[in-house]
Amino acid sequence: MDDVKDVILNYISGEYLEEGSDPITYDTPLISGGIVDSFSMVSLKRFLENRYKISIPDDEATPEAFDTVTKIVELVKKFVK
Amino acid sequence: MSNIGSYEERLKNFNWSISEKELDYKPGQNINIGWYCSDRICRQGKGDKIALLWEGSGGIEKKFTYHDIRRASNTIGAFLRDLGIKNEDRVCLFMDKVPELYIGLLGILKIGAIAQPLFSAFGDESLFVRLDNAQTTTIITQKKHAPKVRKILDQLPCLKHIIIVDYDGKNPLKEREIPFSLGKSVPVNALEIFPTKAESPSLLHYTSGTTGQPKGVKHVHYALISQYLTTKWVLDVQEDDIYWCTADPGWVTGTSYGIIGPWSAGVTQCVLDAGFSTEAWYRFIEKYRITMWYSAPTAIRSLMKGGEEIVRKYDLSSLRHLASVGEPLNPEAIIWSERVFGKPFLDTYWQTETGSIMISNYPGMKIKPGSMGKPFPGIAAAVLNPKTYEPYKETGKIGLIALKPGWPSMMRAYWNNEEAYKNKFRNGWYLTGDRASIDKEGYYWFVGRDDDVINTGGHLVSPFEVESALLEHPAIAESAVVSTPDPINMEVVKAFVTLKPGFAPSVDLELEIMNFIRRKLSPLAMPQALEYVDSLPKTRSGKIMRRILHAKEWGEEIGDTSTLEND
Repeated sequence: MDDVKDVILNYISGEYLEEGSDPITYDTPLISGGIVDSFSMVSLKRFLENRYKISIPDDEATPEAFDTVTKIVELVKKFVK
Repeated sequence: MSNIGSYEERLKNFNWSISEKELDYKPGQNINIGWYCSDRICRQGKGDKIALLWEGSGGIEKKFTYHDIRRASNTIGAFLRDLGIKNEDRVCLFMDKVPELYIGLLGILKIGAIAQPLFSAFGDESLFVRLDNAQTTTIITQKKHAPKVRKILDQLPCLKHIIIVDYDGKNPLKEREIPFSLGKSVPVNALEIFPTKAESPSLLHYTSGTTGQPKGVKHVHYALISQYLTTKWVLDVQEDDIYWCTADPGWVTGTSYGIIGPWSAGVTQCVLDAGFSTEAWYRFIEKYRITMWYSAPTAIRSLMKGGEEIVRKYDLSSLRHLASVGEPLNPEAIIWSERVFGKPFLDTYWQTETGSIMISNYPGMKIKPGSMGKPFPGIAAAVLNPKTYEPYKETGKIGLIALKPGWPSMMRAYWNNEEAYKNKFRNGWYLTGDRASIDKEGYYWFVGRDDDVINTGGHLVSPFEVESALLEHPAIAESAVVSTPDPINMEVVKAFVTLKPGFAPSVDLELEIMNFIRRKLSPLAMPQALEYVDSLPKTRSGKIMRRILHAKEWGEEIGDTSTLEND
């Protein structure tokens, strides 16, 4: 899943970080760190669903589950067949 | 004993002079919110009391006493004055919830300038229209948000100074950028406070309407009289309270009750500058022993979603009083909070334009879950017949919530938009744009908006603004934006679009459009649902009929379609 990790990390860096921001790592807090807010989480979820052809139930799409790239990869793994 | 005591007793012989007396203010004297929130508290001998307990992402903590915020706001005020900023110049605060935002607002007010707080998640277009409208001269921001300012700088000739509060020297500063470090500046112990009077402008908050661009709501220093008393009587802040208002000062709650209310009352307040998570919030309450918590229904519903098990992991016994604002608080949330926290969240109702709480539930008053409560003493409210603009005499009728102007924190104008301001009044009533009914006991019950404005998570989004931005996407030919129900945010933005020739509907295009709006306007304005349609319902004159789309989303009767183009 290393490739998945990098795909997600690159997507978040490109979409949610402002130019000149400090780079994020796999374990940078995204939601609790204020990089991705709860409204933007919807577009991140949509990206994961489109890219990996999965459906993430709303009750699994919690701020905690989306808080780092590592946690997001774990979540994606649960639904990829 | 609560500060308000008996609501019924307070209604008798109420006069705003109660607040003026508590604040030692006499009509005609100078009144400056920046001074009242810092210097005055120090003069009362409370300079060593903690004013702000701040925690940032990663657990970084900062503490400021009232002496600290007095000196720090003097320092910011002096820095601005040295740059040539004069009274009534507009100074925008465009930052996350960092201490410089809270203290900077006092500094701006102390020199008589007008503070214009803007939500830091705004995209460059949202930022541009607000700075352009206000002809803002200065923006105080962080290096992470500076790129958004740089993108629009060429179109903002009035913007002379971009102050970066956390410049680290890593990248060279660009045109008009100036570094400022609160920690490294020489503290200014004494600052000449600009002699603002009751009607001197203080704040400019932007709000969205159904049509046109966002409107700048102008408030004055006298608003303090309302904000102070409602903080005391509704939020019931007391001397030893540890207060937490979760709102961002980019929105009016975050200034009226996240800065002015608590600090004018000399209370210790906490700020958590980190994204939402259930555990983080409970941990924060436990750590700082928060006693008064003012939050929003969206956050409460998110906490409910997190379950009750997690609540038991934390000691939340410090909580004494809870209140909520932003959108109607559903009865389930009130019942839930009573069960898990042992106290109900008391719903409060007000708007950017009203500047302070208008209708509310009060400590000690019987709570009817789901009700907005009753008007604050001194506030004349009514539900008007939408045809005659006269108050309904019978109870139970649904009409327009209206307020008799005259309370201290009422907006004084929409910035450079006299026509929009005049349109907010009928028959001597201020029209809130919301609908409600009143029951036999005088409790108000919220029904919904009277216009197309979308209230998502307690923030108003203009469908017009989103529709206009959508049309800037190369694939979109036409757009219509309405609200759609959402279990957490009450409602969210939904867009209906037709595509230009050569573009085909796809899930990837949908995501691209969502992100386009998020970056351009804000995450709040981003459509959370998007539907491709062949055509949009229009009147014969070509006007898009949003109400038909809205009715379908909400499962309501579509109503009269006689003017529909293809009917």
